Amino acid sequence: MIETELGRCVAAFHPGATGVTGAAKLSGGASQETWTFDIVHPNGTVGAILRRAPPGYGAAPGRAAGLDAEATLMQLAHDAGLPSPKVMHVLTPEDGLGRGFIMARVEGETIARKILRDEEYANARPLLARQLGRVIAGIHSLPQAKLPKLRGLTATKEIEDLSREYHSFNWPRPVFELALRWLRDHDPGPSSEVTLVHGDFRHGNLIIGPDGVRAVLDWELAHFGDPMEDLGWICVNSWRFGEIDKPVGGFGTRDDLFAGYEEAGRKADPDRVMFWEVMGTLRWGVMCCGMMQRFRLGPDHSMERAMIGRRASETEIDLLRLLASRGR
Amino acid sequence: MQDEPTTTELIKAVADFLRNEIAPAIKGHNSFKLRVGINALDLVTRQLALAEAGDATEAARLKALLGADGSLIELNRALSERIASGEVDLTTPGLSEHLWQTTMDKLAVDQPNYASYKRELGNKSG
Repeated sequence: MIETELGRCVAAFHPGATGVTGAAKLSGGASQETWTFDIVHPNGTVGAILRRAPPGYGAAPGRAAGLDAEATLMQLAHDAGLPSPKVMHVLTPEDGLGRGFIMARVEGETIARKILRDEEYANARPLLARQLGRVIAGIHSLPQAKLPKLRGLTATKEIEDLSREYHSFNWPRPVFELALRWLRDHDPGPSSEVTLVHGDFRHGNLIIGPDGVRAVLDWELAHFGDPMEDLGWICVNSWRFGEIDKPVGGFGTRDDLFAGYEEAGRKADPDRVMFWEVMGTLRWGVMCCGMMQRFRLGPDHSMERAMIGRRASETEIDLLRLLASRGR
Repeated sequence: MQDEPTTTELIKAVADFLRNEIAPAIKGHNSFKLRVGINALDLVTRQLALAEAGDATEAARLKALLGADGSLIELNRALSERIASGEVDLTTPGLSEHLWQTTMDKLAVDQPNYASYKRELGNKSG
């Protein structure tokens, strides 16, 4: 029972804690799990989240930053005053819980459809794009000297990675070829400035409350690269959940996003952002195809993964709308 | 010749049963999974109804574009290679129209409620 190990662990870093209750797994892939639980303390219970690779799992796969790096980034963001959970403890081998970390639980909503439709968030929606622009700028301005070791990514490398992955599926998609060709023809070259890039800044990884953004989660894909990548990724139509005329997450305009970004003392480059939006649209399409492969090859033989394969065509129509618009 | 009912009728009957009788009684994560399952059955029904005509017109367009013959997947491979090499691009007569029509036909089966698709349906002529 995980509550026994967690109870021992929290007693060591949270003086006075007498145990934990209500441990429940929120999500779990093959190598990474997220648990929610409450720390029991005479002064009141404290909500907490465990993010870990269970015992027996080694280093993080390919693109992942690794859980130690995630903890460092989350703490740096918290220290910089960005909406980020406080990291309470980084797991040690003595904890017997595997690798990972424990952070404070932030209450709020991550489900896009609720954030975009529920009355509770009606006041937050018009503010979010600008707020998120400021938050992204804050991430890009985190002190370079304190950042952990992360992979580097350029547009050129990302194009080649996507091309290789798409071609490994051995299933012809002329629209993906068109997008790859466009990306190669419009590759803006290395960014004049290389910063920390969150890498997955979108619905699902943002906790939203009625007052706006409360926390940025999931630094798994963090890397060094072109800061405009984060601004492009959050504009990808796949994260608009039907609100296709509001490019930023289905709630805001690019102008508001850029205004927030520039309020925080940074400069947005709309052409580069558009380039990364095309890249991101193709990237999500390739990811959909990849999930179909994992369904077919067996590690996750679920209907959900199979059906995500049939969402790749959504990115094809979005790529055509970006690259071969039929006019209005 | 296989007998009636048709595959479409059978799948639709199962999907309707799951949707109308079972779904209201299921809670939690399994309710989400059931919805995905019903969506899959609905997708299969749409594909059975639409794919044959869509594939035939796609193949005809590909043969005209490429000046070549072959199976649908061979033709799509050939088109993909020509786009990758730059031999054909959006200035090539017929390419944009072909990609649009093929993609619209895919969405009609995969995700007819996708907002971009619904927008483009009302924007056909362009």
